[in-house]
Amino acid sequence: MNPDMRTRLAGLELANPVMAAAGCAGTGRELARFFDIARLGAIATKSVMLEPRAGRPAPRMAETPSGMVSSVGLQGPGIEVFLQRDLPWLRSRGGTAVVSVAGSGPEEYAELARRLPASAGVAMIEVNLSCPNSAGQGRDFADVPAEAARVVRAVRGAAEDGVPVFAKLAADAPDPVDLAGACVEAGADGLSMVNCLRGMAVDPVTLRPALAGGVGGVSGPAIRPIAVGCVYRTREALPEVPVIGMGGVQTGADALEFLAAGASAVAVGTVNFADPSACVRILRELQELLEERGVDRVGDVVGAAHRPTGAVVGR
Amino acid sequence: MSDNGPVQTRSPVLTVRRVDAYHAITVVAPQIAERFRSGQFLSVGVGGEHSSMLLRRPFAIHDVKPDYGGTVEFLFAVRGPGTAWLAERRSRDLLDVVGPLGRPFPLPRDPVNCVLVGGGSGAAPLFPLAHALRRRGCRVDFVLGASSADRVFSAISARRIAETATFTTDDGSFGVRGRVTDALERVTADARADVVYACGPMAMLGRVAAAAARLELPAQVAVEEAMACGTGLCMSCVVPVVGEDGFTRMARACVDGPVFRGERVRFDDVGTIPFDALGAPGWKAWSDEPGAEGAPEREAG
Repeated sequence: MNPDMRTRLAGLELANPVMAAAGCAGTGRELARFFDIARLGAIATKSVMLEPRAGRPAPRMAETPSGMVSSVGLQGPGIEVFLQRDLPWLRSRGGTAVVSVAGSGPEEYAELARRLPASAGVAMIEVNLSCPNSAGQGRDFADVPAEAARVVRAVRGAAEDGVPVFAKLAADAPDPVDLAGACVEAGADGLSMVNCLRGMAVDPVTLRPALAGGVGGVSGPAIRPIAVGCVYRTREALPEVPVIGMGGVQTGADALEFLAAGASAVAVGTVNFADPSACVRILRELQELLEERGVDRVGDVVGAAHRPTGAVVGR
Repeated sequence: MSDNGPVQTRSPVLTVRRVDAYHAITVVAPQIAERFRSGQFLSVGVGGEHSSMLLRRPFAIHDVKPDYGGTVEFLFAVRGPGTAWLAERRSRDLLDVVGPLGRPFPLPRDPVNCVLVGGGSGAAPLFPLAHALRRRGCRVDFVLGASSADRVFSAISARRIAETATFTTDDGSFGVRGRVTDALERVTADARADVVYACGPMAMLGRVAAAAARLELPAQVAVEEAMACGTGLCMSCVVPVVGEDGFTRMARACVDGPVFRGERVRFDDVGTIPFDALGAPGWKAWSDEPGAEGAPEREAG
């Protein structure tokens, strides 16, 4: 029997729990050359800012063990082009749009949220907090719970009531669970965990940073246990708050691991670069795993790792 | 999804062989072979299923044949553990291949005279291009450069396909000592060239594009830029390119290229974000100037 794959994230129901992660799926157009994007639970679009942005110079990425370190610098067309061209296209292909927003201060985030109503086809706003805080000596909003909360409060205040706001948190904040609590208190309807961790690679010949941006973000399967740990601890502390789990999801089994740790949905990120069909493959693998275990509804495995031995679903 | 877009396949290796200083792998991939147009590339997963090397390796397609329903060949030099793993593949091993990727070389409608300029193994895509041009009745002349004799690429096939083939090496160990651009003016004059096609290292392409501009010849160049995905997602392979509207954008070599018009690529600014590029610090000031003509299509992607 086919398990019921539907999942809920705050008020939003997704057809299945497999999403494409922001910054790793473009605006859906690139992946649509490989599969029907309407099959995914949702697509989180690349973080959009108010104005066009050229980003950082190349080199922007370097391969690291089971992952990569990258520093793109939020290159993008700005909200106007996104609303005129990218979002309508994604909707026309039946994609569910989670729109990731990035700003240099709470005002920019709020202005973006105001321009992203449900009527434009926005299913959810995801607040990318791993952006340099222009008023905070370049530290990311995600580093300081009070700063993250200021941004989330501004977005929640500006966004339409029916549009859930999720805060996307980095795993290398001093205490990600504290940060999660601060965001929820500020009005976040849910959490996306985790964004990449700061790291770098040094060019072995020049002995200079391999990326033009110096320090970048580490992503890919290398960070998965860290991400699973963050989801697990957050679920423990905030059991009612829906979480989208992400960080190196490569297989259906990885997706199941995040669900068991407490995520209601999972997003596939860097692995899309390695395997453009990854999202639909992971969805199929997850469905097969749930079938094998005799699980009726995907929701039944969410948080399974928190239940006592013997309460494990299926098998 | 679409009939001419890229596909992802598990393709059996047909042959692995040495070509001069390079390795060549031919895989059976009918869907890629049938969609291929010269200038396009493919990407290969390396290290096997449980590899810690996550990123695909991009390679220009060097040859396409109808055998076994369709085969494609790509060339590479061993530069690290990924390409070393590839060099160890044997017949019947399966490779995870995505292709064809990128925008191909535009082909002239009429039978014109074409000079094809290549550097090192970067010359690989010029061979299927030469065949395509010949099929259209174009005259083809080659200028191939390399650091030394063993890096000159496929000299014999170049001579076979082209009207003339000129070789240059930095050390003079084969052909003329010097750079491809040293030979370009003479070859284009002798061939009464109408167009220049080039691929190879970025610095060489910059010199070829400048030389072609001086000779008032249109140039189509295929750039080599480090890529993580090859499918337009990761934004790693950006190059500053001037659009039709005169605005510079950070264009993705993998989907907006790898073929660009030579005069459009800001070669001197490769590896930087030009101050006036769309979305760069100097862009807004410039576009807000009174009298600036219209707003550009505001796309930095």
